[in-house]
Amino acid sequence: MTKSQPLSAERAFALDYAAEIERIGGALRQALSTELNRRGLVVAISGGIDSSVSAALAVRAVGPKRVYGLLLPERVSSPASTHRGRLLAGHLGIECEVFDIAPALEALGCYARIEEVCKAVHPGYGAGWKNKIVLEGGLEGRYNHFKLVAQDPTGKIHEARLEYRQYLMIVAATNFKQRVRKTMEYFHADRLNYAVVGTPNRLEYDQGFFVKNGDGSADVKPIAHLYKSQVYAMARHMLLPDEICNAVPTTDTYSLAQGQDEFYFGLPYAQMDLALWAYEHDEPAARLGEALGISADAAQAVYADIEAKRRATRYLAAAPIRMPPS
Amino acid sequence: MSAAEQVRQYILENFLFSTDTSLLGLDESFLERGLIDSTGMLEVILFLEENFGVKVGDNEMVPENLDSVNRIAAFIERKKA
Repeated sequence: MTKSQPLSAERAFALDYAAEIERIGGALRQALSTELNRRGLVVAISGGIDSSVSAALAVRAVGPKRVYGLLLPERVSSPASTHRGRLLAGHLGIECEVFDIAPALEALGCYARIEEVCKAVHPGYGAGWKNKIVLEGGLEGRYNHFKLVAQDPTGKIHEARLEYRQYLMIVAATNFKQRVRKTMEYFHADRLNYAVVGTPNRLEYDQGFFVKNGDGSADVKPIAHLYKSQVYAMARHMLLPDEICNAVPTTDTYSLAQGQDEFYFGLPYAQMDLALWAYEHDEPAARLGEALGISADAAQAVYADIEAKRRATRYLAAAPIRMPPS
Repeated sequence: MSAAEQVRQYILENFLFSTDTSLLGLDESFLERGLIDSTGMLEVILFLEENFGVKVGDNEMVPENLDSVNRIAAFIERKKA
């Protein structure tokens, strides 16, 4: 793309999908045979686009008999997610198990801790209420922080900023979900002598939108180099079921419906994709602003937010820090 | 102890594990030093609210108010005025 042309997602994310599927398949087989010495792949399927495409790529790489799918719902998972997961497993012809992690989460105190915070922030919180946390600040040049949004049984919405200790507690408790799921993935990987597939896309991987030792943990990450827009396009190229190709990205982690954009990215994924692409290609903020229909200052704030999230989450993907030799 | 010194002492002890005042200039940007991220800033805000009796509004959570010891001290002074 020359600097004289306006930024275009179509041009930015153009890819030879057939060739890319072959390339990823070859890399997965290579990783399994020579680096990991494992016989197949375990994929936890959420019903969303990323895990669906990752599972489909795994099947293209090693065939359906060597891919084990896991659906790991908990108390607040949408039934639609499990439905889409089953649909995908059937479509791909893979063995798939549904395992409810809610009892494990209950025993670990996950739900009780979340409810404690909700009650502290919204004193009337109780049966019939729903909650989610929403990111604010970064795109307006303020520090990023989270609000707890709660819906009471009458449908009324209550919002309040989470203070430091409340924020840490709700995140720590919620992270049990991703970590318990990963424990189950590795249980099956160990018993089958398979490797675990991690399913972050490039936007998530770059911006640290994953839980350390939770969904961030894996042996291979087949789509961590692909923008989410490319993941959607790949799903369509691989003729995955329409319900999956058209699924709106959600976190499926809080009891109140929560988009990934409001939870973490601030902008819808297609705009964040283009922003990250523009940032990585040293495009001036004004050109990004033009493409997104926002001011150059607002686009600059998006760039600053990309940098801030990279800095704040760098340790999530890093190897443990070892002490320098004496 | 002045507000600036109290804030510096807190940040030194809590974020740098030190009492050496030469490690943190009063006008040094926390962001530029990579010292305080957004979660760390929530911690600083809690410290300010608990120790100076001020309430930091959502719209006040900006680097202009909070990104150095002196900026924080001036912000507290404005809030208390």
